[in-house]
Amino acid sequence: MRRKSKQTLPPKYLLFALSVLCVVMIIASFAMDLSNTPLNNAVGLVFTPMQKGINTVGDWTSEKIENLKNIGDVLSENEELKAEVVELNDELNSMQLEQSELENLRELLELDEKYPSYEKTAAYVISKDAGNWFSTFTIDKGTDDGIEVDMNVISGNGLVGIVTSVGKNYATVRSIIDDNSEVSAMVLSTEDLCIVHGNLQNMEDNQEIKLSGLKDQDNEVEVGAQIVTSNVSDKYLPGILVGYVSTLDMDSNNITKSGTVTPVVDFEHLQSVLVIMEKKTQVSDTEEQ
Amino acid sequence: MRRYVMAGAWVIIGFLLQSTIMQTISFANVSPNLLIIITASYGFMMGKKEGLIVGFFCGLIVDIFFGSVLGFYALLYMLIGYCNGLLHMLFYPDEIKLPMILITISDFVSGLTVYFFLFLFRGRFDFGYYFFNIIMPEVIYTILISIFLYLIILKINQKLETLDNKER
Repeated sequence: MRRKSKQTLPPKYLLFALSVLCVVMIIASFAMDLSNTPLNNAVGLVFTPMQKGINTVGDWTSEKIENLKNIGDVLSENEELKAEVVELNDELNSMQLEQSELENLRELLELDEKYPSYEKTAAYVISKDAGNWFSTFTIDKGTDDGIEVDMNVISGNGLVGIVTSVGKNYATVRSIIDDNSEVSAMVLSTEDLCIVHGNLQNMEDNQEIKLSGLKDQDNEVEVGAQIVTSNVSDKYLPGILVGYVSTLDMDSNNITKSGTVTPVVDFEHLQSVLVIMEKKTQVSDTEEQ
Repeated sequence: MRRYVMAGAWVIIGFLLQSTIMQTISFANVSPNLLIIITASYGFMMGKKEGLIVGFFCGLIVDIFFGSVLGFYALLYMLIGYCNGLLHMLFYPDEIKLPMILITISDFVSGLTVYFFLFLFRGRFDFGYYFFNIIMPEVIYTILISIFLYLIILKINQKLETLDNKER
């Protein structure tokens, strides 16, 4: 059955050659930035359309199944929501009054809006990390749509992550729950700085990410405080909501506090995201007057 | 020849399913590792050379899309494919236990290697946690899937082998 005569290159040498190639690539990727190479573009051109196709079919089926399962829940929820709408409408009216008052005051003070509205692009999540260790995913927009490395990615209510590599028609995003992710953040109310980093263990157990290095001498930060990206971060735009503090403890050094944050974004069911088309390095000049 | 084209097709199909459907059917955030099944199966079924080439390309695609270090998964999967190929002489098409054992060991090795290089080196020392919450569930899920997937890969490969031989 086995034909020895046809063998050209013994497997041993092939293994050696490819191992050397891998080691060279590993060293190269530590030495320089390989996040946007022709290889990415070539591979992206083949896989991205297919992943998109699979996802369209998959989403459609799972949506139909969910629909059937949820119809009972939806009906009762509808009742609750109707009651809530009335309540919220009321609230909205008073908020609108306050908003117009605020606008007037801002005009008076000639202040810009605190958070400029950035230009954004919507993109679909087309594939997720193949392993179980990290939380990266790819989206269906790439350099063709103006996406660049280090652009911030948000979803309706908060920060999702950052673009780490791009191809022509796709981009890889590292989410903030990824074990490698670190975000410079601050507590919105007190403007105390801290670091928020993803942690596989916390995420698996409680759907939380870690917070550390918070200096809070006056004990003002409480559980439930809002955490937003800080203005000293070199990659993340300031003021994007990250999540809410869920636990907070004093570190053994008695100076800083650490704890956990519950992210506002539902990473489990992420289907579409918004990419902010401005990078921190571009806007920083205008930002820091 | 047909078998080699099919091997290439399996790499592409494996990655596409792995990065889309497998992530949606994950249990407790853990999904099975199709690429390991494909790499180990080819190494075992067809030999060292086929195993290492299939493994190399499986790993390389993962590296390009999701890896933090280009070449890491390529090297890992290639070695796994090669090692499975070393046991090619024990391969009998009707025997299913040995392939299952090999796929299990392969997935274990890949899980442990990833933990060692990408987690332990960054100060995540709680090995027990990662072992019982990530590595073990992945292995179990992978075995369940591999019972079906291995047979499909094997049957298609046998079909193509007879076709290839007829032509000659």
